[in-house]
This record gives sequence, C-alpha cells and structure tokens, in this order.
Amino acid sequence: MRLFIPLAITFVAGVIMILQFFVPATQSMGETLQEWYMIVASFAIFLGAVNLLHVHSRRIRFKGRNWKYSPVTIIGFSAMIITGIFFGIEPGKPFDFMFTQMMVPMGATMFSLLAFFVASAAFRAFRASNWRATLLLISAFVVMLGRVPIGAMIWDRIPLISEWIMQVPNLAGQRAVMIGAAMGMVATSLRMIFGIERSYLGGAD
Amino acid sequence: MKRILFVLPLLVFTGVIFAQSGGIASGDGGDCLIQSLTAEDAPNDAGGNIDLTWVVAADVALPDSMILERSDADGVWHPISTIAPVNGGKTDVNLDNGQEYSYRIVPFYSGTARSASAEATAVPQKQWIHKGRIGMLILLTLISLVIFYYIEQGKRGKDLYIRRIAGLTAVEDAVGRATEMGRPVLYIPGIMDMDDIQTIASMVILGRVAMKTAEYGSPLLVPTCRSVVMSVAQEIVKESYLKVGRPDAYQRESINYITDDQFGYAAGVDGIMVRQKPAAIFMLGTFYAESLILAETGRSVGAIQIAGTAMPSQIPFFIAACDYTLIGEELFAASAYLSKEPKLLGSLRGQDIAKLFFMIVIVLGVLTATVGEAWEPATKVADFLKTITRVE
Repeated sequence: MRLFIPLAITFVAGVIMILQFFVPATQSMGETLQEWYMIVASFAIFLGAVNLLHVHSRRIRFKGRNWKYSPVTIIGFSAMIITGIFFGIEPGKPFDFMFTQMMVPMGATMFSLLAFFVASAAFRAFRASNWRATLLLISAFVVMLGRVPIGAMIWDRIPLISEWIMQVPNLAGQRAVMIGAAMGMVATSLRMIFGIERSYLGGAD
Repeated sequence: MKRILFVLPLLVFTGVIFAQSGGIASGDGGDCLIQSLTAEDAPNDAGGNIDLTWVVAADVALPDSMILERSDADGVWHPISTIAPVNGGKTDVNLDNGQEYSYRIVPFYSGTARSASAEATAVPQKQWIHKGRIGMLILLTLISLVIFYYIEQGKRGKDLYIRRIAGLTAVEDAVGRATEMGRPVLYIPGIMDMDDIQTIASMVILGRVAMKTAEYGSPLLVPTCRSVVMSVAQEIVKESYLKVGRPDAYQRESINYITDDQFGYAAGVDGIMVRQKPAAIFMLGTFYAESLILAETGRSVGAIQIAGTAMPSQIPFFIAACDYTLIGEELFAASAYLSKEPKLLGSLRGQDIAKLFFMIVIVLGVLTATVGEAWEPATKVADFLKTITRVE
C-alpha cells in the first residue's frame, strides 16, 4: 500500500494530463488538477517560510558556522511580512518602499554581475586551443561584430553573415537539443506514469 | 506487454473518434450591408464557444457602428458586442453546449437602427479529439510502443548497449572527491517548481546522488527555490539515506528553502558556495539567467561541477563554466544511467530509437522538400511529413 497509492495517483494524474491535451472534452479535468496543484503549492509556501525560520533560528541558537548572517535574514523576512500585513502593499506603503528601493536594486545588482561572468566565461571558451575552439572564436567574433554598427561599416555583409550563423547552424543545433530533450521528457514521463521509475518513492521494491 | 496493450487502444481511439460538427450556418444578404454572417462551433475546444465572422459590403454607405446580437431561448434579441463597420470576427464564449444560438448584426446610422442582417445559427459542442494534434498523438503512441518494447527487452535480460555519458560517470568521482576533501556536496535543482519535467528529472537524480553521499558519508546541501521542491527533496533524500542504511546521517536542515526570487536565490546559493566551499556542485534542472552566475561562482571556489539542463540557451554557459555538462536528453537519461536497472536502461534504448526515427523523418523531409522543387510527387511526401509533425 505504501507504494501502490502514490503510484496510482501518479498514473491517474499523468493519464488525465495526457488525455486533456488530445481530448478537448477532458480539458476541465486537467484544469482541475492544475488548480489542485496550486492549492497544494500555496500550503507549501508556509512550509518554506517555517523551514527558513527554523534553519536560521537553529543556527543562531547553536552559534553555527556564519551564524551572524542569520539574524539579517530573519529581520528582513519579518520586516517584509509585518509591513505587508499591517500596512498593506499599495504604492507608498513601507512594504512597497522596501520592495522597490531594496529588493529590486539588489536583484538588479545580481543580474548585472552576469556581464562580468559572461566576460570571464567567454575568455575561457574562446581560447583558440584547437581547431574547434578556433571555429567557435571566429563565429562568436563575427556574430558580435554583426550586431554592432561598426560591423556594417567595415563590410555591409557582416550583419548578414552574423544572422545566417544565428539562424542556420545555431538554430539547427538548438533544435537538435530540443528534439532530444523532448524524447527524454516522453521517456521520463512514461517511466513515472507507469511506475517503472520508482526511485523518487525510495526504491524499486 | 501489458503496457503496450494500454497504448494500442489510444491509437485506435484516434482513428475512431474523429468527426464532430457543431454546424455552420450563415446568413446572407439582409439589406446588403452585411454580405454574410457566419456562425460555427469553435473547433478543438471543450465546447461553449461559437466563432462568428462577418463580411461588410464594399459598395454601400457604412454605418456609424454595428451591434452584434444573440437571441435567447424565447427568441428575444440581446446585444453582446459593439463592433466596427468592417470585416471581422469574434468568439462568443461561455455558452451552453447542445443549445442552438442565433446571431444577427444591427447597423446604426446616426443613432438609428436599420434593418438587421440575416440570422446565422450554430450549436456549441465539445470535441472528443483535437484535430490539430492527431499526428502528434500517432507519433507519441509509436514512440511509446518503441520505448515499452525496449523496456520489455531490458526486463528479459537482453544486453542493451548504452553509450558512455562522461558527466554521469563522473558523479561517483565528484562525491568521492568531496569525501576526501571533507567538504560538502551542493545540489542545485534549478529554479522551477515541481510541475516542470526537468525539476522532476532532477529530483530523481537527487535520489541517486543522495545514496552516494550517504554511502560515502559526505554532507549534502540542497538549497531550493520553491517550497514544494524543498518538501519533495527532503522526502527523496530521507528515503535514499534509509535505503542505504544510513538514516542517522540524514539532516533535514541541509535541504532548505531560500526564496522564490530568481536573483535572491542566486545570491543565497552563491553565499553558500563562498562560505561552505563545496567540493562538488551539481546543477541539474531548469535554469535561466542565473545559470552562469552560479556556475562561475562554483568554479571560483574550485568545486568539480556537473551541470545539466534542457534549456538550449543556458547550455553554452554550463559548457563554458562547468567540468561536465549533461546536454538536453542526457539530463533525463541520468537516473536510468546511474541506476543500471535493465528496465530503465531499456527505456533509454527506446528513447534513442525514437530519436533515430525523427532524424530519418527530418532528413527525408529536407530531401523531399528539395527534390519537390523539380519533381511534384516528392512535394506530396514532404507535405505529408509536415502534416503529421505539425502541432497546433
């Protein structure tokens, strides 16, 4: 019974989701299942919040490694919740102020780091160590040149070559990955729906 | 074979249930302003919708506005929309299936209603098969049959060759390295929720990795971006530790929720990497812009990194920054590959055969489309291939 019930739920839910894609008349069943998932996920948010508080309060209590960061997390978490509940989340309220003036800039800061990481990764990837890396380097150089005005100024065909590289060999490679991944998705789904893959339940027995 | 018996009726189902019609009715004429008004059951839906289209005559004085009206069961007309005096279309929604609905258009000149167009009627009905997806259903059924066939072959003990995947062979080495260095293993399951197939695949692999960390006695850290993923990961890791007989080594707090925010999560995981300096980092699942931020930070702390995703736009970043990358399908093959279970390996074989089938279809499609420029029959083959592979 320990295995049967989860396997039965997986099978029924999986078959309904496949059916609703091909049989429009059963779409409402699929939508209902998705609504159920949303309800379960909503409850799980509390689990996440409780886990966050539990992990960090435990770290403070036992003076775990780097525990001094934990009060910052708890204070930030509590401040957002308290201001949101007691003052509302409308523009001009403390919650909105903290969101737009602290959360958003911090997120943008993390995102902006990407530019530097791209530079360092490109430096490594574009080293002309063999003929394939050299080919990659040349392709990347042409694509970059074709996307800035100076490329067209040097030779008006460079943007066209850049576009061709992106639309033909690059797109072909991407589609190959997508087709392969789609096959993998089908196989994984079948393994799960028919109970062939059971490791997520703790074993194959 | 029992599973194949389940799939076969699906194939039959597609052939048998094919035709439904909600009826098409059109009204022509009126006083010639509305040349035609057509009402028909909306195709490929669960019912309750009627598609309306109208054509306005070109050589008459145009009205200021037009009102689209629908009659109720008592024959009383009710306006449902104000429409511009040009050709157009609209879908009337939230109707009762099986009931006949009539429509007409009333033109207004200087605020005065003129004679209405001819009526058009239709009956909304639910469809039992999506006609734009029949080709896909047939292909999916064939692929499923191939996969089940090889699963059966695997179960019967037939030796199935599976190519070596370097990234998966390195999993044990990575966990062993972490054990030798006395540092933790960091597992990042992507930033999407449990309704994403890549996250599901990642959770299955997590179970296998957790068995290794439990065997070797390495600490395992799993920071998650979604609460549901955290709950699932906790259960999977606990079961894995139980299975290898190390329930005492399981630490629930090691699998924790950070935040739903994409870059907040990236910042949190970067912090874990910099402070705890894991010796092995697994990044398996769905990743977006944070992929390179995570991979480069992991590289900077000297960890051996194994990444895998089916997101084509993130794969180059992982290839540039990680030691091993599972590309697309390899992510979904990982669980079977690591388990070495014959029936799971059989599914991999089936997956490869299905891929071969699509490669043949693509090559055939390219050839016939090219040859079709000079030889007409080849175009028909190309069109047929296009039809069966098109999905609406």
